[in-house]
Amino acid sequence: MQDEPTPTELIKAVADFLRNDIAPAISGHNAFKLRVSINALDLVTRQLALEQGSDAAEAARLVQLLGTQGSLGELNRALAERIATGEFDLQTPGLAEHLWQTTMAKLAVDQPNYASYKRELESKSS
Amino acid sequence: MEALLGRSVASWCPGATGVVNAVRLSGGASQETWSFDIVHPDGNIGAILRRAPQGYGAAPARAAGLHAEAVLMQRAYDAGVPSPKVLHVLQPQDDLGTGFVMARVEGETIPRKILRDEEFAQARPLLARQLGKVLAGIHGLDSSQLPELRRMTAAKEIAELERDYRGFEWPRPVFELALRWLCQRDPGPPQAVTLVHGDFRHGNLIIGPDGLRAVLDWELAHTGDPMEDLGWVCVNSWRFGEIDKPVGGFGTREELFAGYEAAGCRVDPDRVKFWEVMGTLRWGVMCCGMMQRFRIGAEHSVERAMIGRRASETEIDLLRLLAPRGK
Repeated sequence: MQDEPTPTELIKAVADFLRNDIAPAISGHNAFKLRVSINALDLVTRQLALEQGSDAAEAARLVQLLGTQGSLGELNRALAERIATGEFDLQTPGLAEHLWQTTMAKLAVDQPNYASYKRELESKSS
Repeated sequence: MEALLGRSVASWCPGATGVVNAVRLSGGASQETWSFDIVHPDGNIGAILRRAPQGYGAAPARAAGLHAEAVLMQRAYDAGVPSPKVLHVLQPQDDLGTGFVMARVEGETIPRKILRDEEFAQARPLLARQLGKVLAGIHGLDSSQLPELRRMTAAKEIAELERDYRGFEWPRPVFELALRWLCQRDPGPPQAVTLVHGDFRHGNLIIGPDGLRAVLDWELAHTGDPMEDLGWVCVNSWRFGEIDKPVGGFGTREELFAGYEAAGCRVDPDRVKFWEVMGTLRWGVMCCGMMQRFRIGAEHSVERAMIGRRASETEIDLLRLLAPRGK
């Protein structure tokens, strides 16, 4: 077992340092690159927090949809293939809902401020 | 660079005495953009150089080529499309590679400023209609006066996107769904094949407080279905958060279409929607391509890596277009 602090705590500490102490002292193109870098660290902490749960839920849905077992990568490849061949389409029970949930889980990590994502979250909770 | 530019300028701009303020604005794998001022007794002239220096990588296969870009920009300018005037096409004796020099048009290209700054508050409500009119102007350019361009069709575009996507070897069920949707709805050849700008969106449009001042970047120009340009400018990725204003985050489709039709061209809204889906997928595939280039290491930047993580934005937008959830 690895010791504390956790990777999430370490990355958060680095991101906060860059955000609060370094960013105000930097300008020009490097300021832009620093902002992107901080965004990358924030993304990693979101992924560390959310990935396990969303991957497990996605795999469970895929097993149900496809009727086969496999790694998440294999299951996604199998789904991609069935859509490509036309075997699965939006009429297939559960497919649209699966794609929505999987995509929402990606946005929660990649870009939780993306306007389309925020709109979908709102309309789901209202 | 200023010395080289100064020598070139002296050969085609009578009275010019030199060049100052040369700054490189951007550089890609195949071309560069420079801004500079031509010193002239009647007042300095702002200029932009777009060039591929000698020994640079080959332009991407889709690119029209710098020479064609210069011709297109000049034709557009002559036809009254807001466009920078082409001042000079580079010659071997310029020793600057291939490319051209154009007049610098003052204004803004940064979407967030255009969509939020007070300075553009008067322009925003006018832009969608204006863009429609300008697109009609572009699509109306006399094809016999145009350089040799790629002829694109929906089928070719789908095939290219599919090839690129498969090349990434990363399964994306939403992209598969979009490819399938596009194949099944390919509207076939348009009534009239016209010039298509190919990248008519924020970043390539110079906006002033008075509205659209110039259309830039003809690199992806080709001939094909004019509705492609109308669909591309409606892609959600160019709305920058203003998702209820489909045209660039500042206007409605109805305004865009009205401007286009007032200029004497017909809109086919189904085709526009088809090309909007295509455009959304296209930007998604481009995001994946950035990630690919990051991983190969040619441009190992965190910016490129993070653009790879924006492909999911196009997936949610594709789902909103193809499988909207009950409202």
